[in-house]
Amino acid sequence: MSETSAGLHRPQEFESVLSGSETSVANFEPERRTALQHAQQFLHSSPAAVPLIVLVASLVIFGAIIGGRFFSAFSMTLILQQVAIVGIVGAAQTLVILTAGIDLSVGAIMVLSSVVMGQFTFRYGLPPALSVLCGFAVGALCGYINGVLVSVMKLPPFIVTLGTWQIFLATNFLYSANETIRSQEIGAQAPLLQFFGETFKIGNAVFTYGVIAMVLLVALLWYVLNHTAWGRHLHAIGDDPEAAKLSGVRVRPMLVTVYVLSGLICALAGWCLIGRIGSVSPTAGQFANIESITAVVIGGISLFGGRGSILGMLFGALIVGVFSLGLRLIGTDPQWTYLLIGALIILAVAIDQWIRKVAA
Amino acid sequence: MSQILHETGVKPLLSARGLVKRYGRVTALDHADFDLYPGEILAVIGDNGAGKSSLIKAISGATIPDEGEIRLGDQVVNFKSPMEARDAGIETVYQNLALSPALSIADNMFLGREIRKPGVLGQWFRMLDRSAMERQARAKLTELGLMTIQNIGQAVETLSGGQRQGVAVARAAAFGSRVVIMDEPTAALGVKESRRVLELIQDVKKRGLPIVLISHNMPHVFEVADRIHIHRLGRRLCVVDPKQISMSDAVALMTGATQPPTDALAA
Repeated sequence: MSETSAGLHRPQEFESVLSGSETSVANFEPERRTALQHAQQFLHSSPAAVPLIVLVASLVIFGAIIGGRFFSAFSMTLILQQVAIVGIVGAAQTLVILTAGIDLSVGAIMVLSSVVMGQFTFRYGLPPALSVLCGFAVGALCGYINGVLVSVMKLPPFIVTLGTWQIFLATNFLYSANETIRSQEIGAQAPLLQFFGETFKIGNAVFTYGVIAMVLLVALLWYVLNHTAWGRHLHAIGDDPEAAKLSGVRVRPMLVTVYVLSGLICALAGWCLIGRIGSVSPTAGQFANIESITAVVIGGISLFGGRGSILGMLFGALIVGVFSLGLRLIGTDPQWTYLLIGALIILAVAIDQWIRKVAA
Repeated sequence: MSQILHETGVKPLLSARGLVKRYGRVTALDHADFDLYPGEILAVIGDNGAGKSSLIKAISGATIPDEGEIRLGDQVVNFKSPMEARDAGIETVYQNLALSPALSIADNMFLGREIRKPGVLGQWFRMLDRSAMERQARAKLTELGLMTIQNIGQAVETLSGGQRQGVAVARAAAFGSRVVIMDEPTAALGVKESRRVLELIQDVKKRGLPIVLISHNMPHVFEVADRIHIHRLGRRLCVVDPKQISMSDAVALMTGATQPPTDALAA
């Protein structure tokens, strides 16, 4: 007993040397860093910087090679039109990936919603506005199924959405009986369905309402993700769900909400899809899931969750758009686009890994 | 025997009676009792698997006990979530710190209790008041004499282990109005950083907050604790005074090598 009572309320003997040592334990003063570490720190704090730099660089390079034909208001806005749907689906994908999930069913939800919007109008004769609402309801329901399976049943998102992708797509083919609703019919009887395909011009620049929808959606989500508690919680869930839960974030309901929201955004993409292709086709948008994941990854959003900016996703989608149009104008084989995009994906993930090491 | 090792007349601030928690066939808590008095540092020690964590989770709202009663002051409380315990003024510093690495120091300190902008921006657009949160976070950290903050907006993952612990303790001390619980606050730290955290615990105590300290580190426990709650086989074995018992005797009790003296027996 005596050995301890003597040492009470004083530093332990082996710690006595500490009194002479430096006391700055939690010192936030930065140490000297190399330029590379500065770059790493900067990229860590601004996740959308890399894709923005790549986007600007690719615009400059293609502009220098192709010249005015590429650098015209018409071409630039054509890129926007071409990435509108990927951008919208990518916004849905961003929300899910920020929670450290993945949604492979986004494309299937989009097509199913668009088919519901079309078939409800033409098969059942519902007013187009009501059919559109039904399409959104179906999108939300699909998202809800994903969300419940992921958050309540605790199944891995990859597996869940791999399954629901097939299920939603099969439902889409079974329900539509593989039938396409022609563009002229829609234009004559239900122009509301093609609303997002309508264009307006500012000079030579041609915009569709789909492009406007994408920009507004990304801006809205950027605000929500960065300036509301909900957005912070979403990042926290992707970062460390256990820590988020202990900090008072309601992880389970939030995850369901995120997947429902993803489904709703996919339904919006489905509506825009009708505008883009004119018709309602159950075979459209086959690659939307892969394209959206590509945009998210090139956009510097970490597949491990919690890190990244939705603006990066938009830049990522635009990079793909710039590459495909640029290479088409140069006149190369379109396979070069895929080859370069593939290289970009790997590069983007490598950069993400490097940035994440900033902690160490 | 409810006033164990404490002057009579003072009521426990936080107490639990007969807590039971079962996970399948495993009984993590077997009618466990617990008492924390105002202004004290109560250490909770016990062998691995003794049920310390389950006890702490029950009083911090992280798990819901199957049976038993928890009282905060005069009120019986039933925490359904850590959020409810926090709202009641019980803050916990978890062993894994429960910080989000990619979020900033300020974001982490206010996670789950963000401040919104006044007026329409906050009400309708749910806009966060970043500057107010950063100001308050900086004030709290400075108040605890914790650190000279270079950038309150930097991500927690860019901090050292000691700095992270500092942020977690500051968060608890800033918002805890009744009780602060610390789970193994020095386990992951070096000697020097541990010393700083022990000082921090004393600082928090000086501010009048009672602290529950869970630790495996006997020297640290004996240095700062006013009383030591020894947990064994899912229940409170006894409560001892660190001035009256040696470390090896405490360890012997904890591991079941000796039986507690009758005057320290808990109920």
